[in-house]
Amino acid sequence: MEKTINIKVKVWRQAGPKAKGHFETFELNNISTDSSFLEMIDVLNEKLISERREPIAFDHDCREGICGMCSLYINGHPHGPDDEITTCQLHMRKFKDGETITIEPWRSAAFPVIKDLMVDRRAFDKIIQAGGFISVNTGGVPDANAIPIPKKNADLAMDAASCIGCGACVAACKNGSAMLFVSAKVSQLALLPQGQVEAARRAKAMVAKMDELGFGNCTNTGACAAECPKGVKLSNIARLNREYLCAKLKD
Amino acid sequence: MWLKDSSIGRKLIMSISGIALILFLLFHGTMNVVAIISPDGYNMICEFLGANWYALVGTIGLAVLVIVHILYAFYLTLLNYRARGFERYAVTKKQAAVEWSSKNMLVLGIIVLLGIGLHLYNFWYKMQWVELRHMMGADVDVSKATDGIGYISELFANPVYSLIYLVWLCALWFHLTHGFWSALHTIGWNNDIWMKRLRVISYILATLIVLMFAAVVIFYYGSSLACGIAA
Repeated sequence: MEKTINIKVKVWRQAGPKAKGHFETFELNNISTDSSFLEMIDVLNEKLISERREPIAFDHDCREGICGMCSLYINGHPHGPDDEITTCQLHMRKFKDGETITIEPWRSAAFPVIKDLMVDRRAFDKIIQAGGFISVNTGGVPDANAIPIPKKNADLAMDAASCIGCGACVAACKNGSAMLFVSAKVSQLALLPQGQVEAARRAKAMVAKMDELGFGNCTNTGACAAECPKGVKLSNIARLNREYLCAKLKD
Repeated sequence: MWLKDSSIGRKLIMSISGIALILFLLFHGTMNVVAIISPDGYNMICEFLGANWYALVGTIGLAVLVIVHILYAFYLTLLNYRARGFERYAVTKKQAAVEWSSKNMLVLGIIVLLGIGLHLYNFWYKMQWVELRHMMGADVDVSKATDGIGYISELFANPVYSLIYLVWLCALWFHLTHGFWSALHTIGWNNDIWMKRLRVISYILATLIVLMFAAVVIFYYGSSLACGIAA
């Protein structure tokens, strides 16, 4: 049996990066509780287009929780009220009939709004470019299994690598800090022998880039890990601190 | 210099100064307990820690730590406020895993600072400061400068002062429950297993420190009541 709800959505509208933004409220009737949150916005946009009004701009791509593009701050939570899912995996059954749903973009100085609910997250790409990689000389590549890796480290590295770079950590942080993202990207490589060669240089370069791009200073509140759609743990931040301080002390 | 130019360096300064201040609180608290066990012993400590060179070096070191910790707190808060962006969220919800104290460290710190101001006026200004002025040749009465117990029993006989001190200690408790584990986390001494342990240790440490201080306030307020009844 399909159930439908009637809702109001209060959406942030902003014509461009420099324009002044404001909230606009729309009424939506007969929204299926089986539909996803993004499908609800699709329905709203169809309605707006049919009324010859400007549709709402929002980021989305794979719609299966792996690309990290969708980025909505829904009712006070990045990626909505549910735990460990992205906005595209959020269903309308999480909302009540008659509810007003407030949708905002990520708000951070380092993530300027492009339009409506879309923000510019290229700052994350710049941090990765600063050192979030392993340099490999082409030629005889050794067999991956030739290097033994303890199971514990392999698991920790895999958990850190589950970060999809959506920016929910920055959006949730009262300090606008990107430490959870950077720590996940540093950890996934620092835990493996292949990544340890460049570990010190990487930690310094990525933290320096993060600071340069205007992200805040981490105060260990833990809001990032609580809101992370991939459950990336706060302990990664301790590892990044360790990597960074050791690298600096060696200099 | 990376210590002031990088976010992790700035946090390290907060963390190291914070841990040093926690060690001082443990030292101060232990001495306070002596005031309950042996009032004479407490006044002897007051003499040891009067205007002697080691006590003065310690006081100056402590003042530097407090100033660094506070200046960096304001500096970091300002940077973080800017990093948050010009527009604020219309709706914010708290997350269950996030401690209330962790989001209010500055406010708690300001309450602690106001308390320190009052405390210095109530005790330090009448004790070490008087001795210092005496050493510099000022005509002051030093007969009561090492009578810590006298000042304690006088101050905490007043219920208003006792209450203010207890509120101050409450703010300190909240500040320390986040501060201790957060400081170790910033140095990098944490992982998934120790995360829970460190939080528990923070609560134990904060409670221990605050109880040591609160015990003196309550004991001397209580004995003032008892004396009042006896008289």
